[in-house]
Amino acid sequence: MNETGHFGPFGGRFVPEALIGALEELAAAHSAAIIDPDFQAELQRLHETYTGRPSIITEVPRFAEHAGGARIILKREDLNHTGSHKINNVLGQALLTKRMGKKRIIAETGAGQHGVAAATAAALFGLECVVYMGEEDTRRQALNVARMKLLGAQVVPVKTGSRTLKDAINEAMRDWVTNVDTTHYMLGTVAGPHPFPTMVRDFHKVIGEEARSQVQALTGRLPHAVLACIGGGSNAIGIFHAFIGDSDVRLIGFEAAGDGIETGRHAATITGGTIGVLHGTRSYVLQDENGQTVESHSISAGLDYPGVGPEHAYLHSIGRAEYRAITDAQAMEAFALLCKTEGIIPAIETAHALAGAIDLGRELGSDAILLLNLSGRGDKDVATAADYFKIEL
Amino acid sequence: MKTKLEELFVRTRAENRAALIAYLPAGFPSQSLCESAISILADAGIDAIEIGFPYSDPVMDGPTIQRAAEMALKGGTGAKEVFTSVKYAHEANLPTVVMTYWNPIERYGVDAFAQELAKNGGSGVITPDLTIEESDGWINATRNSDVNSIFVVAPSTTNERLQKVTQKCSGFVYAASLMGVTGARASVSSGAQDLVARIRKLSDLPVAVGLGVSTRAQAREVAKFADGVIVGSAFIKVLLDASTAEEGRDNLTGLARDLVAGVREADRTGVSTLK
Repeated sequence: MNETGHFGPFGGRFVPEALIGALEELAAAHSAAIIDPDFQAELQRLHETYTGRPSIITEVPRFAEHAGGARIILKREDLNHTGSHKINNVLGQALLTKRMGKKRIIAETGAGQHGVAAATAAALFGLECVVYMGEEDTRRQALNVARMKLLGAQVVPVKTGSRTLKDAINEAMRDWVTNVDTTHYMLGTVAGPHPFPTMVRDFHKVIGEEARSQVQALTGRLPHAVLACIGGGSNAIGIFHAFIGDSDVRLIGFEAAGDGIETGRHAATITGGTIGVLHGTRSYVLQDENGQTVESHSISAGLDYPGVGPEHAYLHSIGRAEYRAITDAQAMEAFALLCKTEGIIPAIETAHALAGAIDLGRELGSDAILLLNLSGRGDKDVATAADYFKIEL
Repeated sequence: MKTKLEELFVRTRAENRAALIAYLPAGFPSQSLCESAISILADAGIDAIEIGFPYSDPVMDGPTIQRAAEMALKGGTGAKEVFTSVKYAHEANLPTVVMTYWNPIERYGVDAFAQELAKNGGSGVITPDLTIEESDGWINATRNSDVNSIFVVAPSTTNERLQKVTQKCSGFVYAASLMGVTGARASVSSGAQDLVARIRKLSDLPVAVGLGVSTRAQAREVAKFADGVIVGSAFIKVLLDASTAEEGRDNLTGLARDLVAGVREADRTGVSTLK
């Protein structure tokens, strides 16, 4: 990454001039914070006393029997407060918000995980919080809407466009342009204009830093591959980043293939998209011949986004990371398998990486050590899973 | 060689008045009704037109333009229809620019877009989400095709940055009157006049003010200090609210004539020294 926020030809800033001041302010606050021992100590204290870091690792041998007998080790971000990796980012951004003297945050959410995390951080820091959520998603994820409201946030259903995550981001950006003096936009993934992709990555890279030494302590070596699911790509970049310099360690992201790439109903942006600009950054995008964003499809609301973070586009372009696509059916099979073999209900997002681990384990055989980011727990997905598996409620 | 847009501002400055610039998305309400609307606006005496490229994710636009863009996209509007409308407006003797988010240009091909615009008689392109840091290829493309590159600045833009942005501009500088999205407002923000004054100190380019102008009184107010007054949502709202095509035509004519009169009745004592 260079100082204008480019990762090779990707990234950058494609925003109205009205937002430049706020982005510069945020970039400066972030740059100052990462070298400020007081900021780091405060974040560390929150990690230890609020989030529950370091998160543990769990080896899952019964699950791994179905993956060619490879050793599979899960990084348990699902055990964090609020149930996913998202808390890492919001606490960092909440501290920056305070430093910038802003009293109001806005956030977008798809499945509701980032919305819940943002509402949590807002409650903890005494900030006003407005969460934009596609109307379609407020229906699919009613439980998370209730959680955000309990936490004191205002949830605004977005009724424009496809009424999903991308439209929630549009609406959050409109709010931000209007209220930029008082408001921080707490973006939830490693996309958007500079400095968001870099800043959000910096708040999540603790995942990989912890996991790297935990896996070494357990196995005496580095893993053969690091696996994660990819929507915008925040949990993946979080666990990948500490391993980028380890050229023998494969980094593999699993995108949502929905009904299958060939059907056009998917959210696999790198596998099935083209280079374009969406939400302020240049990366891979699902778009038509006129540059209009095409709606994405996935059983997992958290992966249901037609863009992807620019650093992933870059890692793909230089061949440092691999990106594969997993269908809804493959993900749900792996979801059920982890529940029954290990007593862990994962988020459906994460189940895409679990399905990828089954295939990769079979490819690499029993000598392989796979580290997988278990990015979130599946409580929020119980209704979807019950429906999918036709479980009577 | 001057573009039609640049010629317009030479003329209006000689007449010591501001130009009235209308915005309409291509394909809204339909491709043929859009062309009728262009003719009506030309007949009513507007000075120039912006043809909007409807986009799926219009983060700078309020509800009115969002709705118009959705209608246009449902009707299948794309680059081809945008250039057809440009040609139509050009043939109606209106200096014509395209206003578009960046991705449709990148998708079409940066050089190809500028060339196709020139071929259809367009004078320039307004790119509200293209930052100058990302604009090198685009600036070259517009220069090679002799069309104007028009950037948007905001009340929050610092003087240091205004200097850099205006250096990349040609045709005119688009001054957003307020911090926010497009759409009618009860009053025009006082930020507009301050912003125009700051631009004047740094650049001789004409300055046109947009966002929130919908009435004759507001047009008159802005025309006191700006070289151009841009109206978009108000025209679209007239077309959205009309219950019949005839009502739409009549109300569009009425609003356009009002606004045309508004820019001509402004007291311009403050700007009479401009070249």
